[in-house]
Parts: sequence; C-alpha cells; structure tokens
Amino acid sequence: MNRSRALLVIALLAVAALASLLLALAAGSVALAPGEVWAALLGEGKGGGEGMAVDVVRSLRLPRALSAFACGGLLALAGALMQVLLRNPLADPYVLGISGGAAVGALAAMLLGVSAGFGLEAAAFVGALAAMWLVFGLARGDGSWTQTRLLLTGVIVAAGCGAAVALMLSLAPDQQLRGMLFWLMGDASQAGNPIFVLLILLAGLLVAMFFARELNLLTRGPLLAGTLGANVGRLRLVLYFLASLLTAAAVTTVGSVGFVGLVVPHLVRLALGNDQRLLLPAATLAGGALLTLADTLARSIIAPQQLPVGVLTALIGVPVFLFLLARAPKVEQA
Amino acid sequence: MSGPRTSDQTNEPAGRRRYTPLLATHDLAVSIGGKAVVRGLNLALHPGDRLAILGRNGVGKTTLLHTLAGLRAPDSGEVMLSGQTYAALGPRRAAQLRGLLPQHQGDAFAASVLETVLIGRHPHLSRWDWESTADEHLARAALAAVGLAELAARSIHTLSGGERQRVALATLLVQQPQVYLLDEPLAHLDLNHQIAVLELVSRRVREEAAALVMVLHDINLAAHFSDQALLLHGEGEHELGASAAVLDAARLSRLYGHPLREIRDETRRWFVPEMPK
Repeated sequence: MNRSRALLVIALLAVAALASLLLALAAGSVALAPGEVWAALLGEGKGGGEGMAVDVVRSLRLPRALSAFACGGLLALAGALMQVLLRNPLADPYVLGISGGAAVGALAAMLLGVSAGFGLEAAAFVGALAAMWLVFGLARGDGSWTQTRLLLTGVIVAAGCGAAVALMLSLAPDQQLRGMLFWLMGDASQAGNPIFVLLILLAGLLVAMFFARELNLLTRGPLLAGTLGANVGRLRLVLYFLASLLTAAAVTTVGSVGFVGLVVPHLVRLALGNDQRLLLPAATLAGGALLTLADTLARSIIAPQQLPVGVLTALIGVPVFLFLLARAPKVEQA
Repeated sequence: MSGPRTSDQTNEPAGRRRYTPLLATHDLAVSIGGKAVVRGLNLALHPGDRLAILGRNGVGKTTLLHTLAGLRAPDSGEVMLSGQTYAALGPRRAAQLRGLLPQHQGDAFAASVLETVLIGRHPHLSRWDWESTADEHLARAALAAVGLAELAARSIHTLSGGERQRVALATLLVQQPQVYLLDEPLAHLDLNHQIAVLELVSRRVREEAAALVMVLHDINLAAHFSDQALLLHGEGEHELGASAAVLDAARLSRLYGHPLREIRDETRRWFVPEMPK
C-alpha cells in the first residue's frame, strides 16, 4: 500500500458516499428524480409543485441525510480508534459506557419534561462526558492504565447505565415511553442542523490522521511502539478522549445507533488491511455512507411510518458480527 | 556488590576511553516490585562491543534491558545514549539510536510480513511521510538477511514462532539503530537459526560500529558471541567484566544454583551442567 493507491481508494469511497447522500435526497414518501433533486439543491424554488420539492430536499432530507452521514462517520471512526486503543478488533465505540451515559442523560431530561432539541442534546452530551470521566478516573486508579482495566471499568459503567435506563423506563409515563425507546434505538429524525457534527467529524479525522502512523505502532503493542519513538502514554490519552468525544457527539445527535462502529472498521480492515492511514478515512466514509443508506431505508420501507435507524443497523450488524466472531479464533490460532 | 570488575575503568582498552560510549550507565540502580535488580551499575559500550546479560528467571534481566532502552525510569543513576540522557534526546531521536527486540510480539491485528518489517522505519520518517521504495528495499533486504525473503507477502498470523521471531529481528534491522538491545533473541529458534542470528547480529554490530546488549540463556553461545558479560545474581548483586574472565564454572554454578563443569580444547571452552544421578 502506498500513498497514491490509498488516495485512489479514498476517492472511490468518497464517490460512493456522495451517491448515498443523493439517494437519501431522492428517496422517501415523495420520490424525486435525480434531476429534480439537483434542481432543488441548486435552484431557487420557482413556485408551485417545485416549491414542495425544494422544501422536502432542502429543509427535510438534506439536514437529516447529512446528520446521518456525519454520525455514521463519527461512530465508525470512533470504533476504529477504540479498537486500536484496546488492541481488540471486537471493541466498539460504546464499549466504554459512553452511549450508556448519554442515554441516562437524555432519558433523565425527557423524564423532567425536556422535549427534543437543544436541551435534550445538552443532557445527552453531559451524560456521555460524565460516563467518560468516570471510566477514565476509575481505570486510571494508581496511574497504571492497562487495557484490561479500562475495558472492565467501561463494561461495568455501561452495565450501571443500563440499569439506570431500565429504571427510568419503568418510571416513565406512557406518553413519553415511545420517544424514549426511539432515542434508545437510534433515530435520525430529531437531528437538527448538521453543520456542528460535520465539523466535529472533520476535526476528529484530522487529529486522528495526524497520529495515524503512531497508531500503526500501537497496534503492535505498547512496548514496540515505545521503542520506535511513540509517546505511548500521550497517544493513549489522545485516543481515549478523541474516541469518546466523537462517540458523544454522534450519540447526542442520533441516539445510540449500534454496530456501525464495530462492523464498519472491521469490514474495511478485511478489505483494505490495517494501515490506519487508510483505514481511518476509509472507515469514516464507509460508516457515513452506511448510516445514510440505513436511515433512508428506515424512513422509506413503510413510509410514511418511520423505523428507528438503530434497529436497521443492528439487523445488519448482528449477523455480520456473529460471522466475524466465529472467524476470530481461527485467525488467532493460525 | 562483588566481582572482579564493576566499572568501565578496567575492562576496556585504554585508547578508547576518550570516545563517548554508545551506551553508558552511571551508578545505575534498578528495582522491580521492591526487589533490587542492580545497584551501582557502571557500564560503557563502545562501537563493536557485545554484552551478554545472564541470570536466573525473574532476576530482572528484561527490566534492566527496558531501563537501558529508556522505556522505564531507573531508581537512581543515569542511562546515557551517545552521551545524552533519554530525556534530552526525546523518544524519536532515541528511536533512531537504539532498538529493542522485545520478548513477546503483539499481533492483535493481521498484517503482512513486509508491513510488519516496515514498521521499523517509523523513526526515520517524518509525520506525513509514507514508506518509500528505498524503505521497502531495506525491508526486503532485512527479510533476506534473516532467511525469510519469500515470506514477505504472508500474513504474520500464519508464521511459526521461530519465523515470527526472525521477522521481529528484521524489523529491528531496518530500524538501523546504533545500540541493539535483544531480549532473548534465540527464543523459539532451532539450533542452526540460533547461530545464524547471533552471527548476523555480530556482523551488523562490527560493520556498522554499533553496540549490542543481549539477554541470553545459553551460556556457551554467550561465551562465544559476547565480549563482556553481566551476571545478575539477584538482590542487586552483579558481576561485570570481560566474558573470558567472568564466565567460569564456579561463578556460573553459583549464578544458576546448579553445578556446571567446564570442558575445553585448545581454543574453546564449554560449560555443561552436571546431570543428576
């Protein structure tokens, strides 16, 4: 793998991502031809029937598609980073309890009567950060910071959050239950302005790429990484905070969408190898495209009814995960 | 501390003392888990020098090697690489000067043999660089040197333990350090490869005017392939000196807690353990 081949792969994936976005703009309860989508994107509404197309594309589908794309990218990137941090190809962005924290924050806010919008997002984000600090503080302990300890702390915090979520669901009045369940399963319909998450995605990818070759070292173990000149302690901190913040941003926007962060980096790794310089941007684009497609499906399969997008990604993700899990021991033994 | 020679004043030719040693320690004290590994270690390795570290399991050989590699802080004293401390050098510059062959290879993710070897070029590339064709030539040459040229495209997960160990050595060779630190380089290797690896590393050290520190378990290979020997007796006690002087049946019997006998012909010596009746 060299730079020009990597750029070619990235370019192809970028085209695929654009195609998924165009499809998301065209498909739905009102199907539009590609030409209509294009006109709606570029042209000023010329009144009449076209005005509705402009409305649907610009103010309904475009923000939602871009949010889904950004969050898919965020989750896939965070997953790839977590897998390097924990040196475990089966780690995912939620393994350290971050989505659990966000869920507790969001559901608590809903219970207190906060409706969708900024208040809910703020509560979810605060919950994610709280879980992150809790895991980090506890795992740090005496200063030594092993993968096992981090993983165990994360799993326990996630389990605690799960219990708190179940408690809140059982206390919640009936009319709030549906919104809570949708949030828990992942739902892009409430996503607001996508600019913020897109910027976080871009910034996160740039930071990750800055450290990409050092991440390659870290996959070979902290000892070898240290010998070859990586500052392992600092690198792990950067990884931890970056992956956590990316996850928090995604969960805050679309709820806990499962399996994108696990399956996408894994599939990209199978197809393209484990060079982080290629894997990170490729997983970001593929994750974005996947969630965009899944969200499009979620709102068009039984339109005008909407499915939570997390259910679709899980339906795709579970068999793929089981397949990978069944394969994993063979790779280890070989 | 006991032993015939414990500092660099007696075990090196007088003419070389003017040069800065590639690797030196000043009054180094290292411990692990409250147990002393060495106290007051004064070491000086010049170009071409080969030091073997011998001692029982758990005495702290790896801990000492990691301290020499700057990956672990000593209790007191200093480790100097070409006259500078690790703190002054920084991790990247240090990685250009010294390389470590770790005891275990961590392969959490699949990668090809060639990719694994190319990792060793990391300290020589700037942040946004990709490995060049020159780097790839180096990697293929290193693979050829360890006899694995035809395995370049294979996945490391398909290699045997001995092959994986030689891939790790090739990774160290492309790093092109001036100080080679080898932690049990002969692990998993069969006899012919043990000799071949020690010959390869010795030749490298001679040709590139580098220095070599290796943790070994085979006394006879250590005696043949080292110029200096460091015996770790436990409780911080050590003996350092020319291999020809320090390695004798009495010291080695005490070191390993098992009687050893020396056998010699006109030019060579061998140490063999006494067998139980």
